[in-house]
Amino acid sequence: MDSVKDLLVILIGSSLVSNVVLSQFLGLCPFLGVSKKLKTAAGMGTAVIFVITFASAVAGVIYKFVLQKFGLEYLQTIVFILVIAALVQFVEMFLRKCMHSLYEALGVYLPLITTNCAVLGVALTNVQKEYGILAGIVNGFATAAGFTIAIVILAGLREKLEYNDIPEPFRGMPTVLLTAGLMAIAFCGFSGLL
Amino acid sequence: MSERQSRADRPAERLYNGLIKENPTFVLALGMCPTLAVTTSAINGLGMGLTTTAVLILSNLIISLLRKVIPSRVRIPAFIVIIASFVTMAELLLEAYIPSLNKALGVYIPLIVVNCIILGRAESYAYSHSAIPAFFDGMGMGLGFSFALTCIGAVRELLGAGSLFGFELMPESFTPISIFGLAPGAFFVLAGLTAAQNALRNRKSKKSGGKHSADGTPDHGELPAGCKQDCTACGVSGCSSHGKFYDDTVIELDAEDK
Repeated sequence: MDSVKDLLVILIGSSLVSNVVLSQFLGLCPFLGVSKKLKTAAGMGTAVIFVITFASAVAGVIYKFVLQKFGLEYLQTIVFILVIAALVQFVEMFLRKCMHSLYEALGVYLPLITTNCAVLGVALTNVQKEYGILAGIVNGFATAAGFTIAIVILAGLREKLEYNDIPEPFRGMPTVLLTAGLMAIAFCGFSGLL
Repeated sequence: MSERQSRADRPAERLYNGLIKENPTFVLALGMCPTLAVTTSAINGLGMGLTTTAVLILSNLIISLLRKVIPSRVRIPAFIVIIASFVTMAELLLEAYIPSLNKALGVYIPLIVVNCIILGRAESYAYSHSAIPAFFDGMGMGLGFSFALTCIGAVRELLGAGSLFGFELMPESFTPISIFGLAPGAFFVLAGLTAAQNALRNRKSKKSGGKHSADGTPDHGELPAGCKQDCTACGVSGCSSHGKFYDDTVIELDAEDK
């Protein structure tokens, strides 16, 4: 089994050092699209943590006990994407029935996450790096936490930037991309951590 | 009407549409993840672009041929299965024949499945058109995507390493600006290109706006008023007819908050 030290290294590595958005460019669509307001960004981040952690656990179990057992590893892409899509539906139905307050908080963000490439990206990275199930779950949680940190910071910066006088061609998308670039430079500083 | 429809469906028209008029990267801002991630060099961008093109052509073709068979209620899962099959085939072929490219692109090859260009074209074009236009639509969109990726890759490679497609181009005295090869550089190059495109479009719309106000008939064009063709940055719902983007839903969320 993985030692606690290994898990800690994965936790810090995936959330800060190789941040999912700022250095691996996964999940950029929601990162750029849902970061206009701090509140929505935080909601999206929480939903992403919830789904990615859960999805990496399920994908890990299926990979180990179904795909590997029958020698079907080459089907991983198809199986993972279908499992994730189905899982998000199930999570949504389950939350609506059983935990209504949590559903109220996360519900609207859940369908958006199916198309978030970070979910599939984490499942595939777990397989590529040959993580066990527990390490895979930790990696999923850490990646999602990194996404949440990045999107919340970006939303805060965008709220501050809103009333600035920006040259016309740079209004909108270019400014957001420049901000993200500066954040990426800042996150490069974490590479000394490991 | 039907004549006009058929003109827009001609192969040459589809290719032009994908390459220039509705270029998936520069005009529609779709498929951003691979655009930023794999463009560290021109050759990587080209490889990714061509792989996506192959998947896009084949999935468009098959979806168009099966469009009468697939019930519309389960069409999205059906599209995803078809796309994922082709992506798996592409992945295995690359692994067998071009292992160096496969290694350079890594996890982004299987992630072609979630590239919204492919699902977007399946939903908005292939599912409602016959096989030949769908084939050329896929080719046009794919080549447009490859072109954009190669451009971004070329800029980053030239500034970040001083070479182009692996050939040294810059003089000895040039110090490579290595940040352009790293993650932040991707954001900066895309920001610069988008800003340049905005400036170009602003100038164009100013020109045409002046002309129309002269004869008193403002032209709203085919796009809804207020559409800057930048679906990531704008919230006008209904203008994202070419592909679904996040912001319409966020507008709904904001309305629910109140």
